[in-house]
Amino acid sequence: MPVTLYDKLWNEHLVQTDENNESLIYIDRHYLHEVTSPQAFEGLRRKHLTPWRLDANVATPDHNVPTDRGNKFEAESIKDEVSKIQVVELDKNCNNFGIRQFDITSSKQGIVHVMGPELGYTLPGMTIVCGDSHTSTHGAFGCLAMGIGTSEVEHVLATQCLKITKLKNMQVNFHGQPRTGVTSKDIILHLIKLIGTAGGTGHAIEFSGPYTSLASMESRMTICNMAIEAGAKVGLVAVDSTTLDYVKQHSNLSDSMFDEASQYWKTLNSDRDANFDKVINIDVSEIKPQVTWGTSPEMTIDFDAKVPSQEDIDEVNLENLLLAKAYMGLEKSHTLQDLNFDKIFIGSCTNSRIEDLRAAANAVKGKRISKSIIEAIVVPGSGMVKAQAEEEGLDKIFIDAGFLWRDPGCSMCLGMNPDQLKPYERCASTSNRNFEGRQGNLGRTHLMSPLMAALTAINGKITDPS
Amino acid sequence: MINPIISGIVATFDRDNIDTDQIIPTEYLKSIKKFGFGDFLFDGWRYLDEGRLDMTSEDRSKNYDFILNKEPYTKSQILLTRDNFGCGSSREHAVWALRDFGFKAVIASSFGDIFYNNCFKNSVLPIKLTIEEINHLFEITAASPISFEIDLVKKAIKYDQVSSYSFDVKESLLERIIHNLDDVDITLKHKEQIEAYELSRRQQRPWLFDYSN
Repeated sequence: MPVTLYDKLWNEHLVQTDENNESLIYIDRHYLHEVTSPQAFEGLRRKHLTPWRLDANVATPDHNVPTDRGNKFEAESIKDEVSKIQVVELDKNCNNFGIRQFDITSSKQGIVHVMGPELGYTLPGMTIVCGDSHTSTHGAFGCLAMGIGTSEVEHVLATQCLKITKLKNMQVNFHGQPRTGVTSKDIILHLIKLIGTAGGTGHAIEFSGPYTSLASMESRMTICNMAIEAGAKVGLVAVDSTTLDYVKQHSNLSDSMFDEASQYWKTLNSDRDANFDKVINIDVSEIKPQVTWGTSPEMTIDFDAKVPSQEDIDEVNLENLLLAKAYMGLEKSHTLQDLNFDKIFIGSCTNSRIEDLRAAANAVKGKRISKSIIEAIVVPGSGMVKAQAEEEGLDKIFIDAGFLWRDPGCSMCLGMNPDQLKPYERCASTSNRNFEGRQGNLGRTHLMSPLMAALTAINGKITDPS
Repeated sequence: MINPIISGIVATFDRDNIDTDQIIPTEYLKSIKKFGFGDFLFDGWRYLDEGRLDMTSEDRSKNYDFILNKEPYTKSQILLTRDNFGCGSSREHAVWALRDFGFKAVIASSFGDIFYNNCFKNSVLPIKLTIEEINHLFEITAASPISFEIDLVKKAIKYDQVSSYSFDVKESLLERIIHNLDDVDITLKHKEQIEAYELSRRQQRPWLFDYSN
């Protein structure tokens, strides 16, 4: 029987299924960060257990770390006492249990989902988990990757397995040629607008079609990253030569081992006649640059469209619409292009890779950010992205344009470090969630691509990229 | 074994897509403990001021329009809401906050996948009903505060003297709540099977065990 890529990965990792249809799935790679791991390590200690397989684990601090660290910064230098405790705790836990960590002083430290693939810890066909919902990012490599809770972090540390039930299969085919100024971020936001934030619940989404095949690994990661915003904890892309080229460049495998592995990796795609529970076809040539207007990622419109009003919407959603418009201060606005922005954030596990920074830098080169912008920050996803960008001179382009050039971390995506919005500030953000208070208490987030955020910085307003 | 009957006041949240950032904002994720999150549940809606981990509910300026600040809802044990509750971030702190406040069950038309799993690890029962049933329960609860009685064994929600809705939930997950079972203990009973799988994997996919750094 023909099977999907998800089915193949599931079958490959299945240790056992019990009479209740719950399965133990073996986990190849476990990423850890400082926020969702301390209680899991404590659980291990309480049960007098040690990690099942040390070399499956890779850790780095990313959520809490300040991004204006400069040189000679260490965990003890963090000013926020509770943030410091969490980062120090990760140091202690990794040292005590013997887990490999790229700590806050490492030149390779970064957002775990940016750092992992570029250091070659993400390999095709792996099962990958992390106590972070954006673990779906690694599905871009034909991995079965998903976010888990802290109890499951403890379970994976202790048993190297996850106890779960199988998901359904969904396929999203992207075909057609994107218009100028339309990026992978616009395409995934468009999908979320179309199917809603619960559209993929209970499913693994495989992204396929000619657009996906031509997309870079960075673009595929952006798309898989936001599968969770469409409700799917798993996003996937089949392995092809683009994947193998990336892995060859980034992994430490010997040539012979790489060749042996490649033979298997090349089989990581859905069979031609595989059955999907749901199939969605999208012509990307019809997509305009997308911007969110509300407080859920599905509240997305074309950058030049009218913000939805009461007349556009059925009664059931009216309450959601009114609450979101009030929170976003949009009672009087007809289009997003009417709005004045206060802050710009280019970063996050969605859009802080080298391709993102190049696109943004290209748009601001030789220009200055608008006088109305209070602060514009660029936060590279990892030490390696930062170094690469500096080698290409992107840092100078940003600084000359009036941006702040920062050190790697999750930063203003969730405002756990000092990078936050003040109440009612409006931000053009390349991150993944526009929830109430996400970037700071009462802050207003509009999600968009790095290109659109860069143009918003220059003009102070949402701008037509074509 | 816990008492298999959950009986208590129903608090209603009449909106879709309540994400885990609303259930507990990021600021409180800085705790390294597994308990003590009840005072920060729905923090952004519940208080008028900005909070910190070292504050309690007593220190804060409350939003008295918010349901959990009104009597008798301060003692709610059951939460009734709509679609896609608990979407977004995987933070288990969201379930810890609901649990620490006193919630034992959440009734919704659907849940975020990761949140749904996290509930069973912490003895909070997520119950899925149809949209029609949810609409009906919202009608019943609109006029004045009422209590439901949820029977975990019969898998039924009794919403008045005579009527109830039955619900479906995986038996083995329910067992975890009723008997307060720990997944790690259960899985480690299959230690030999995991070891055997790992050994064959080491032979078939050696590159996964080869990474030197």
